[in-house]
Amino acid sequence: METVAAVQMKNVTKRFGTVIANNQVNLELDRGEILSLLGENGSGKTTLMNMLAGIYYPDGGEIFVNGKEVSIRSPKDAYELGIGMIHQHFKLVDVFTAAENIVLGLKEAGRLDRKVIAARVREISSRYGFDIDPNQKVYDMTVSQKQTVEIVKVLYRGADILILDEPTAVLTPQETDKLFAVMRNMRDDGKALVIITHKLHEVMDVSDRVAVLRKGEYIGDVETRDTNPQKLTDMMVGHSVTLNIARPKMEKLTERIEVQHLTVKDPEGVNRLTDVSFTAYGGEILGVAGISGSGQKQLLEAIAGLQTPEAGSHILYKDSDGREHELIGRNPLDISRMGVALSFVPEDRLGMGLVGNMDLTDNMLLRSYLNGRGAFADRKAPKKLAEQVVKELEVVTPGVTTPVRKLSGGNVQKVLVGREIAMNPSVLMSAYAVRGLDINTSYTIYNLMTEQKMRGVAVIYVGEDLDVLLELCDRILVLCGGQVSGLVDGRTATKDGIGLMMTQLHGKEGKQ
Amino acid sequence: MSTNSHEHSEPLFRISKRTGISAPKAWIIRGIALLMALVVSGLVIFAIVKLNPTKVYIAMFEGAFGTPKRSWVTIRDTMMMLCIAIGLAPAFKMRFWNIGAEGQILMGGIATAACMIYGGKAALPTPLLFALMLVTSVAAGAVWGMIPGVFKARWNTNETLFTLMMNYVAIQLTSFCVSKWENPYGSNSVGIINQLTQKGWFPAIFGQPYTLNVIIVMALTVAMFIYLKYSKHGYEIAVVGDSENTARYAGISVRKVYVRTMALSGAICGIAGFLAVSGASHTISTSTAGGRGFTAIIVAWLAKFNTFVMILISFLLIFLEKGAIEIASRYNLNDYASQIITGIILFFILGSEFFINYKVNFRRRHN
Repeated sequence: METVAAVQMKNVTKRFGTVIANNQVNLELDRGEILSLLGENGSGKTTLMNMLAGIYYPDGGEIFVNGKEVSIRSPKDAYELGIGMIHQHFKLVDVFTAAENIVLGLKEAGRLDRKVIAARVREISSRYGFDIDPNQKVYDMTVSQKQTVEIVKVLYRGADILILDEPTAVLTPQETDKLFAVMRNMRDDGKALVIITHKLHEVMDVSDRVAVLRKGEYIGDVETRDTNPQKLTDMMVGHSVTLNIARPKMEKLTERIEVQHLTVKDPEGVNRLTDVSFTAYGGEILGVAGISGSGQKQLLEAIAGLQTPEAGSHILYKDSDGREHELIGRNPLDISRMGVALSFVPEDRLGMGLVGNMDLTDNMLLRSYLNGRGAFADRKAPKKLAEQVVKELEVVTPGVTTPVRKLSGGNVQKVLVGREIAMNPSVLMSAYAVRGLDINTSYTIYNLMTEQKMRGVAVIYVGEDLDVLLELCDRILVLCGGQVSGLVDGRTATKDGIGLMMTQLHGKEGKQ
Repeated sequence: MSTNSHEHSEPLFRISKRTGISAPKAWIIRGIALLMALVVSGLVIFAIVKLNPTKVYIAMFEGAFGTPKRSWVTIRDTMMMLCIAIGLAPAFKMRFWNIGAEGQILMGGIATAACMIYGGKAALPTPLLFALMLVTSVAAGAVWGMIPGVFKARWNTNETLFTLMMNYVAIQLTSFCVSKWENPYGSNSVGIINQLTQKGWFPAIFGQPYTLNVIIVMALTVAMFIYLKYSKHGYEIAVVGDSENTARYAGISVRKVYVRTMALSGAICGIAGFLAVSGASHTISTSTAGGRGFTAIIVAWLAKFNTFVMILISFLLIFLEKGAIEIASRYNLNDYASQIITGIILFFILGSEFFINYKVNFRRRHN
């Protein structure tokens, strides 16, 4: 038997601007094994695999395939080396059949013989136990079937090194079991597989070996049989780092938002939030932790009036006189007309919070354009506000007439946060407020959040960095698969504890 | 070995997006494009028909401005084009692909013609007749624009196909009206409406028949500029056009904006129909819109929805059209020869937008 590894990455480094996504990563993958690549959000797992798939090109380091050094400059190069990646977002043509999608882009001589293709597809399917009808149109397929097409597409091209990027995120437990069964068949056939996942029980279930990344660094690898979820969590989150974020305690808390039995379905009818209940108080920062896509977006949007929750859900706003107002069934304009000052810094800054093609003044106008009588929008106050935000938050911009899309990420965020705080909110929600920002800007944002808290605002802070959540927030709500898996005190909770709740190891398993 | 097979070589040139370009620089690029267009079409003229390009260009100018009457026709047609482009501007600014101006113009035209025919027979007083023509043409265009708007808002239908198909419905309706109003009987045309009484015709002002066209369209130019730039509605249109999600976030009712803006867009195209029938041809036929509803899309986009820039672009297109007709008849050229010239000039002008938005980087030689 050959002892040479299928893939070997040596000191691979990838930078995006000043951010180092992968720093000197070493990784080895053998034939006949399933390797789990484990890490928190933003730890660089997908970036690392994208370099194998030819989507990114490394800035440093070497990649060996079957012992030979290679340079993978495009997905085509990757295919020629037998590497195929199944991405999180499927890239299929809806109106084509499975077989047509599978051969799409292949430059084979001769005419397109659908029967031959279908026969080959069936042959691959029966070998590994896929359940696929070559003549079914993609628009008729379930998510799991679409994923099967993606996998077969890669196998059809002769790939023997397969990378699956969070394949189970969209699957039901039964579909996940089926996927794992075919993965094992492929492994037994001598293929090399990498699975990227956040879910520890899946790691334990399917993989032979686990490699852990943390903040772009390679932490190490272990045989799955020699480890347990607790050890893996330790490797994944590391030891707590002290950040020194000031966290004064407010003595007087007032009930602001009470969420009761909140259930939200997405357009496909899948539950994104299931029976979520909690209370947010004025004078505290409530952190929301969870793996990305655990329902954080739906939670904030439901409160902001941008989602249609299922019947039985309640979101009650309590004003300073103690009166309760139901927010469900109202759009953002209705909510502000009720006198509820609700500020929201959404995750998608330019796609939801701001208008990229408009300048700073016009973006300030977004929340106040209806003010004043008459048909014309008043731009004087927004212009003043824009100038004030630029000055107070030190926004780097040529002027208030520059389109915001031309600003850097941090400055875009300052404009957005500045506008939302200027509304004098009683509730301030933010999603991934510091994503992509440098340390200084991040601290500016943390301080602004704390300042608002001290003014008696109910701050809801959705974050991904556990160290920050633990130092900034008074309480932390942990979501897992759209359900509340824990509500802990930010001053006493530990990183490990929250890490475990995020992957829901306390009793219940995954989503139903 | 595999390293070699995947070796990279830099392409001869790469295209990258410009981050921003100063206005004077953009106009220099446009100027160069126009100059190059004239040179290239000059060469083509000489190569194909062996004519002196300068003479051909002079003929083109004379086609548009050779006589006072020609000048006025050029102005009239420029105003018509401009009016349609103004109508399309709010829709396209909202990124609503209104390909249905043709139909909206025809509907406005039908309404106007109906008022002229029946109002003329009923001997309505002139001010009342004009008010009626204006109101009905606005209403007809607005309804025709609103229908695709409502469907898009309610059921998210594809507006491009929808507005395009509405054109054919409008053409059929026009055919029906033409057959109903046929004059003289058997001619299969409406003929000049109220030729003797001139009822419902735009009156001559300052001795010129098309002054009223200019006044109306200029008023619309200013009004639409202000509407898009300073009004609350204009702001909503811009937000919806950039991102529907942001609009929802700000509490803007995206549906309402779709419907309202399409009604406005259709209404102004309806006014264009009013101008075409009452202010220009005094008749109605299936070619009353004559493809101008499509050409005006180019005008609106090239001007980036700035109605004052649209004046310039409408004028350029009409000038080229008039010039092409003139050289075709003066030099006995086939229609295609003059269309080639128009085509070359448009190609360069549209092409210059590419160089304004993108930069071409050539490979650096390194030995």
